[in-house]
Amino acid sequence: MAILDVKDIRKSFGQTEVLKDISFSLERGQVVSVIGSSGSGKTTLLRCLNFLERPDGGSIAVNGQVLFDAADPAARREADIRRKRLHFGLVFQSFNLFPQYTALQNVTLAGRLLAKEDPDYKTRKKELFARIDGEARQLLAQMGLSDRMDNYPHQLSGGQQQRVAIARALALQPDILCFDEPTSALDPELTQEVLRVIRQLAQRQTTMIIVTHEMAFARDVSTQVIFMDGGVVVESGPPEQVIGAPTQERTRRFLDSYNQA
Amino acid sequence: MDLILQQMPVVLKSLNEGFLQTLKLFFVTGLGAFPLGLVIAFGSMSRFKPLSVLTRFVVWVVRGTPLMIQLLIIYYFPGMVLHNNVWGSGETGRFTASAIAFIFNYACYFSEIYRGGIQSIPRGQQEAGMVLGMTRSQIFFKVTLLQVIKRIVPPMSNEIITLVKDTALARIIALQELIWAGQAFLKGSHGIAGAIWPLFFTAVYYLAFTGVMTLVLGRLEKRLDYFR
Repeated sequence: MAILDVKDIRKSFGQTEVLKDISFSLERGQVVSVIGSSGSGKTTLLRCLNFLERPDGGSIAVNGQVLFDAADPAARREADIRRKRLHFGLVFQSFNLFPQYTALQNVTLAGRLLAKEDPDYKTRKKELFARIDGEARQLLAQMGLSDRMDNYPHQLSGGQQQRVAIARALALQPDILCFDEPTSALDPELTQEVLRVIRQLAQRQTTMIIVTHEMAFARDVSTQVIFMDGGVVVESGPPEQVIGAPTQERTRRFLDSYNQA
Repeated sequence: MDLILQQMPVVLKSLNEGFLQTLKLFFVTGLGAFPLGLVIAFGSMSRFKPLSVLTRFVVWVVRGTPLMIQLLIIYYFPGMVLHNNVWGSGETGRFTASAIAFIFNYACYFSEIYRGGIQSIPRGQQEAGMVLGMTRSQIFFKVTLLQVIKRIVPPMSNEIITLVKDTALARIIALQELIWAGQAFLKGSHGIAGAIWPLFFTAVYYLAFTGVMTLVLGRLEKRLDYFR
């Protein structure tokens, strides 16, 4: 069974149709790269999956459980959205770390707050927090940040900040981790250190959706590539096909602009 | 000079009493206006249009008219127009009326500073909290609030310093604060009459107090220097 099933997602802002009946599905452990020019709707798609935007139509199911269905009012109640978000993690283009917390605190904050909803929170608080802290340290170490845990975001480079943000998203163990142009704000060197971390995650069978402009990276990290243009999926399939031998004229033109650059 | 030194003990005792009332008005205003300002800020940012329009209208009126007139209206309107002097005739009534005028006036100024502070936090901070499954109030208290405080400390310090000196306006309804106490020696008080220096000397109190406030607020600003 597919871990993620997206059906006919539609979204308009005013008169502008940003997403027109987007459908795709994703198996556990797969990595999907979404490519396309700016304004093609890639970011909006990710924001819909994370319930930062509410789609006008369509449905989203994770592990067979319908999280959102525009046709079914019961499946889009505001109160449940917060918990449904936890199925997805999102790494932002601009990191969005919390500046007043250290790297470690950034990673543990949400987990500690969620622990309050545990029925035994009062009696097991110490134990819960110790576990959350331990996991956070392990994640940061995995991101190569063992010696940076107590630094504040402004003391870290962009690449380090983005790796903290990835650890923060992973800490809640989402079913699907989403990346919104994770390296667009970074110089080439820092880009590589972030891409290296994402590659590692792919090797560990982390299910991911990556919106990116890094074609070479998309080509060798993804199991599936989706090319979007004007709010529709123009072409999708394995990277060797979509990036290597595109069948659509629009895809070719888009990829050509990369080769010329 | 000899005369002044001779008058000094009596004058200082009287000025100290006035200053105590000034301090009381200052702290009561702060205590009331800090939270009320937040309520007004949320009102003016409300997505419920009638509420935000009404709140912004009230803020406009309060910020657009002199505090002295607001004091006069709040103190005299019930008694002289409605013929029901809710304040009574004593110092307590004058203090209550002053406190209400000051709290409301300052809350309106604070609300605009709060609003600016809250709206200056990048939307990404809130979204980061949302995707991490935080509730609205968790996002406000754990993510946004400290960043807002850091940004509003300098403009709030300005307002607080202004408030120290604005308390003098309560003299207009004869609240027995520092100016009132200094002025009393002109007409005659405690056996001293025709002395203008006590009134001038009140400036030293204000200067000392704003000096202390500047130090305290500067410290707070430093304490929040650890993040950007």
